Amino acid sequence: MATRTICGVTVQVNDEGFMTNPAEWNKDIAVELAKEEGIAELTPNHWKVIDFCRQSAATSGAAPTIRTITSGSGISTKELFSLFPKGPAKKVAKISGLGKPEGCV
Amino acid sequence: MKKLVILGAGTAGTMVANRLVRMLNMDQWHITLVDQDPVHYYQPGFLFAPFGIYTQKDLFKPKVCFIPPLVKLIQATIEAVDPDQNKVHLGNGMTLSYDFLIIATGTDIHPEETPGLGEHEWGKSIHTFYSFQGALALTQRLRNWEGGRLVVNVVDNPIKCPVAPLEFIMLADWYFHEHGMRDKVELIYATPLDGAFTKPVASRLIGEMLSDKGIQVESEFMIEHVEPDAKKIISYDEREIDYDLLVSIPLNKGADVIGKAGLGDELNYVPVDKHTLLSNKYPNIFALGDAAAIPTSKAGSVAHYAIDLFGDNFVRYTEGYELLPTFDGHANCFIESGFGKGVLLDFNYEQEPLPGLFPMPGVGPFSLLKESEMNHWGKLMFRWMYWNILLKGQELPLTPTMSMMGKWKV
Repeated sequence: MATRTICGVTVQVNDEGFMTNPAEWNKDIAVELAKEEGIAELTPNHWKVIDFCRQSAATSGAAPTIRTITSGSGISTKELFSLFPKGPAKKVAKISGLGKPEGCV
Repeated sequence: MKKLVILGAGTAGTMVANRLVRMLNMDQWHITLVDQDPVHYYQPGFLFAPFGIYTQKDLFKPKVCFIPPLVKLIQATIEAVDPDQNKVHLGNGMTLSYDFLIIATGTDIHPEETPGLGEHEWGKSIHTFYSFQGALALTQRLRNWEGGRLVVNVVDNPIKCPVAPLEFIMLADWYFHEHGMRDKVELIYATPLDGAFTKPVASRLIGEMLSDKGIQVESEFMIEHVEPDAKKIISYDEREIDYDLLVSIPLNKGADVIGKAGLGDELNYVPVDKHTLLSNKYPNIFALGDAAAIPTSKAGSVAHYAIDLFGDNFVRYTEGYELLPTFDGHANCFIESGFGKGVLLDFNYEQEPLPGLFPMPGVGPFSLLKESEMNHWGKLMFRWMYWNILLKGQELPLTPTMSMMGKWKV
């Protein structure tokens, strides 16, 4: 398992750059990871989604799907795509320090 | 007498009824199976029908042929499930009470969830092969089609048989070659996934196969709506794809009645323990097959492997022992790749599909994650096995949990 240092904190990541231990995450890390994903600033609506995903993952043990995010956070799918362009479920999981959302095989 | 009610007489419900009727002491048990449809469809065959490989008569048989005499089959709709009272209310006015309930109501397509999809062009320029009627209509359409741009679009995951859309587009490539019109057809696969498939090794291999066949992949395409008159699909991030013929895999959802009973997630699938299939909420309710919210394929092979282990576990449980966490998410998928060849995948919750030989390590005869003619014959042979062995709950010479023997790391 690889590690990397973000904002002075050493965290464990997988080979696609997803953090593997959600407990190592903090808000500064989120800001930094968001920049890497091309999101210059995290607005209150970004945080609404991130907070929801953190809570959802804490109870279910896995990063939520787009449908779970929209039905649970009150953010529409359209808005979710504008907040986290291209693959919002994956992007928000990365920024929120959660594992990659389980694909459906 | 103890009462077991099974909701749904599809693949999972029929298999588990056949299995349990042999394993339980039927002097002490009543098993009731409820389903609204008297016909059992061979769903894996829906993929083949549009290309003339199977005809209509290959695709169905009466359900009653597969239900053991000691199981009572009731043909009725399910109006409501009341899990707090252990009761099921049926459309014919009957109320069934149960000691144990098995939910096997499967998953179905919902074109009405995507604006523009299931409207006036449905069955004309927009088709699906995810239903019996849909597969037959698409058969007619392909027979008279003059060519153009064919787009296969998966609306959202999870779907039943996640490899079927890939198989469809690869078979389409072969079909149009055979009909001497491949040069008049453009094939596009628009998927919400970030590649051809979810798991990295298989995604890479299948991605290469698609590109060799001249099939374009439009990844991370999350459809928002269809413009049926302009013949285009539009994604949430405002990408547009024009089509002449759209083959859609509409949103898949579990049964509404399950959602209304408070037993489902946002797609009406039943949250269960992924190793025992016991409901997270009720200690006398299980979900088997596609109806269960577990992170593996919605596929008959998964239902088969799960039920292989479930039988013993259920008997133990009803005798007062704890359930054993035996099911590992084991799945097999035969992927038809066209030109008489196929690819086989074998995987579970933890292990992604890898190359190797199956089911006998080092021998085969099937090769994993690699195109072969034997894999294609395996898929065709499977129809006989389905009707004669699987549905009747007979054992196959395959281990229910996945084995790493015969696989190699890449």
